[in-house]
Amino acid sequence: MKLSAQWLREFVEIPVDDARLADDLTHAGIAVETATGSWDGPILDTVFDMDITTNRPDAMNHYGAAREASALYDLPLKPTVPKLPTAKPGTGFPIEIQEPDLCPRFTARVVRNVVIRPSPAPITKRLALLDHRGISNVVDASNYVLWEIGKPTHAFDLDLLEGGKIVIRKACAGETLKTLDGIERKLTNEDLIVADGRKPIALAGVMGGFDTMITDKTKNILIESAWFDPATVRAMSRRHGLHTDASHRFERGADFESTILSCNRVAELVLASGVGEPNGELEGDIIDIIARPLPRTSVILHLAEVRRHLGKELTYDEVCRILQRLGFTLTPATADENAELPVTIPSWRLDVTREIDLIEEIARQHGYNKFPNTLPPFSGSVTELPNAPKDARLRTSLLALGYNEAISMTFIAPEHAKTFSAADVLMVANPLSDEASAMRTSLIPGMLDMLAWNLNRGSDNVRLFESGNIFEKTATSRDEQKRICMGATGNAIPTSVHEKSRPYSFFDVKGDIEALLSAFLNSVAFDTGAAPYFHPGRSARAIIGGKQVAQFGQIHPDIAAVRKFRQDVFVAEIYLDKLYEEKLREPRYSTPSKFPAVARDFSFVFPETTAFEDIRIVVRGLPIPLLAAFDPVETFRGGNTAAGKYSLLLRAIFQSPDRTLREEELALWSTQIMQSLVNLGGALRT
Amino acid sequence: MYTVPQLTDFSGQALNAEKERLTDAVESEAAAVKDEAAQKLFRDRWMARKNGILTQVNDLWLKASPKEAKRDVGALVNDIKILVESTVDATALGLKPQSVTVSDRLDITLPGIRRPIGAEHPVLRTMNDVISVFRAMGYSVAEGPEVETDFYNFEALNFPPNHPARDTQDTLTIADQESKPLRERLLLRTHTSPVQIRTMEQQKPPVRIICPGKVHRRDTPDASHSPVFHQVEGLAVDTNITFSDLKGTLDHAMKALFGSAVKTRFFPSFFPFTEPSADVAISCIICGGKGCRTCKQTGWVELMGCGMVDPSVFDFVKDNGYDSTKISGFAFGMGVERLAMMKYGIDDIQLLFQGDVRFLQQESN
Repeated sequence: MKLSAQWLREFVEIPVDDARLADDLTHAGIAVETATGSWDGPILDTVFDMDITTNRPDAMNHYGAAREASALYDLPLKPTVPKLPTAKPGTGFPIEIQEPDLCPRFTARVVRNVVIRPSPAPITKRLALLDHRGISNVVDASNYVLWEIGKPTHAFDLDLLEGGKIVIRKACAGETLKTLDGIERKLTNEDLIVADGRKPIALAGVMGGFDTMITDKTKNILIESAWFDPATVRAMSRRHGLHTDASHRFERGADFESTILSCNRVAELVLASGVGEPNGELEGDIIDIIARPLPRTSVILHLAEVRRHLGKELTYDEVCRILQRLGFTLTPATADENAELPVTIPSWRLDVTREIDLIEEIARQHGYNKFPNTLPPFSGSVTELPNAPKDARLRTSLLALGYNEAISMTFIAPEHAKTFSAADVLMVANPLSDEASAMRTSLIPGMLDMLAWNLNRGSDNVRLFESGNIFEKTATSRDEQKRICMGATGNAIPTSVHEKSRPYSFFDVKGDIEALLSAFLNSVAFDTGAAPYFHPGRSARAIIGGKQVAQFGQIHPDIAAVRKFRQDVFVAEIYLDKLYEEKLREPRYSTPSKFPAVARDFSFVFPETTAFEDIRIVVRGLPIPLLAAFDPVETFRGGNTAAGKYSLLLRAIFQSPDRTLREEELALWSTQIMQSLVNLGGALRT
Repeated sequence: MYTVPQLTDFSGQALNAEKERLTDAVESEAAAVKDEAAQKLFRDRWMARKNGILTQVNDLWLKASPKEAKRDVGALVNDIKILVESTVDATALGLKPQSVTVSDRLDITLPGIRRPIGAEHPVLRTMNDVISVFRAMGYSVAEGPEVETDFYNFEALNFPPNHPARDTQDTLTIADQESKPLRERLLLRTHTSPVQIRTMEQQKPPVRIICPGKVHRRDTPDASHSPVFHQVEGLAVDTNITFSDLKGTLDHAMKALFGSAVKTRFFPSFFPFTEPSADVAISCIICGGKGCRTCKQTGWVELMGCGMVDPSVFDFVKDNGYDSTKISGFAFGMGVERLAMMKYGIDDIQLLFQGDVRFLQQESN
């Protein structure tokens, strides 16, 4: 929205230059975004590009902004009183308000024998500054008044009104109205319209009708200025997708008391558009129908409350001065801070209804930056979110393991939402695109997108993680769960002059998962049975206490093919809702044994069907309390080892905390282990 | 070559002369030691238990000395022992490093073997910075859902249904909600402010919370817009919280975040859930207020919105001890992306959501 500095200065003798004025207004909350000189030969004017907050429709015009300046500089605001000649007697025009709640007031006046012509130069120049082209003297007069005092008005071609009356009513289903923009609009019975005796002639407060508009042929006009219910105008504006300067003001609340002023001001401008003599003649008195009065409200202000909210003592005189300059009426009271100070709210300030609203007026006009900076004392305590230590532990470990923290979009394509989850999908009603119309049910699609982004840009070695929520639709509402997703592809360690690299493998992601889960108290087990979007032979689930806390592995080749991945891609999902049921491990320390550990190796051949976990469980189940460790050292396939079998080198480490181990017990334990391995189908390698 | 003489004269003068002769001998022999083999011979000649020079000195001088001279000879022999041992040690030190440096020399200019460390996301790093500042001022972290109801996102924050203030937040809504009453309909929260109400429902005053989180708006992605972004919201409620406290708190926080030279300015603004409301600008952290591209030559950058909690917001939690005639509070909120972009010189918000390792890894370089 634009304002002209010169126009503004017509209403108050501003003692500062335009740049300073812009700055002062901004500090009072009437924000001037930019001030630009407009040249027409010599400098013509300064145009302020305004950013007026939605609660201040009263300041979205020159007179309203001038009122703010009058309060800022404590100078009088000049009244606007249109000078009109005596009207010819007339019979008036019948106006019938059928919806007093939605249209409490409708004011009109008739001007006859008007010549439609371009507006005088000063009018068109001013409108041009605000980016409005001149249309005709009558239409421009209505626009000019909107920008001058902020009240929307409309002019009808009186001779095109049928039935000899105006009715403000709800539209009937099936009725249509061609609006000024030439669009034929279907009306509903929720639309409030201005109609004549036969047809709709305006969408109330939004836009006038095409068929009754001012044209070159128009001779007699009816100028209208009404007050329409803000919510009704807003609903219509949205329903018809029609946002106009008029609807912008009506839906924020127009000035109930300015209907007569605005009507007369339009008439004055129309009459003044003649060459040498008045253009047209007034007929009859102003017609002013008030179907329901809008009471002026009054609010009690306490100086003590001003101080309680603002933290600074403001004088009674300053409070009164600010409010009065802004148009509030004060009943004089004592300066006692507990005194009740009744304040009557001006009709243009529908946003002010409570004491706190008055306190804001005082604060902003006093100047926010004049308040001291203080720090409040605090008697409460600081608490931590229950999962904060777990979150921090995982995040720190992920960063240390080399995963870069990433954030992807919350919405994904519906087909991906179904591929990576069995949950019901929460859909976005008004998505930016179809590919972003489902709330993510999994972090994996976003992760795969990010991995692809990197691979397509020559970054072949990528490790990323994202911590974020997934969404599921439930019977009546939604469920939100926090998860971590890891993604990795490329080399496990960077290629360097010192060592050869190798590709990232299943066991890299497994190792990272083991490292992350080792922060928790209970031990983790792994099994197959990860979701079908993983490679069935290269994926696993991590289980703690019977709960699946993570699954991970290589992405399924079919999915990799669709996404055109040319190298193996690994992902992991950690289910934090399940994992966080587990406690973090608190370290318990014991003295390392002073006695030597003894290692024994066992080289066996096993059928492929025997997994290491099977062996581990059996050996760990043996009654050997001093077995300190049992690990695989080497696997080997091919060569002398028959097909379907593999050779496995295992190492057991025995250690006692309080003595040196004896040869005979070591021999016994070795025998027990070997026997158990044979029982599992293993054969000692010779 | 030095040999240990038998002594007959145990006078002080004679003993000192003998000590001098021995000292000259051990020092000149030590100087001649050039390699490991020579050092070994040298060590054995002087220190070998069987017939080494020190042993001979002990036998020929100390043991052979008359009783009355034993004390002086003992001290002399002890001095000699220390001298010889340290001289022999010195020859060993002089030799060993020399031989190792010859065989084990590395080209230390080759790059080290680096285990890559993951980089923190600039937005989350910034968010954590903000949280730390407020934690130090007594604020606890609070969280809320990202899919919210109309009630928490709008109504309880004093955005009535059909109010133009809702237009300022282009909302992404969830499908199939028409059968529900408006206040129960689901949407993607447009700000972290709903956490204010959720917290006040659970906790009686006083309250000091900081609410970090993800928010969504229906903004077409470009260099400065993203439909997904992050906010940090703060709320303080107590008896006697004033607008001056709000100003002081945010001024302090901005100085803690950006340095003590940073200044703050407050401009009147409008938010339905605060009154009075303000926009906060800080002196540009890039140019220090002189004017640059970041601050569009104004020297100031608008960074957040804030205000005193509107009494009508307290009305929604009145039953939990929030009587607006007795308590007051302030709230503030800031966009984390904007902060991070300014702090780290990022000119395209899209970079933050691509997961591009070339971008992310710059943090650790």
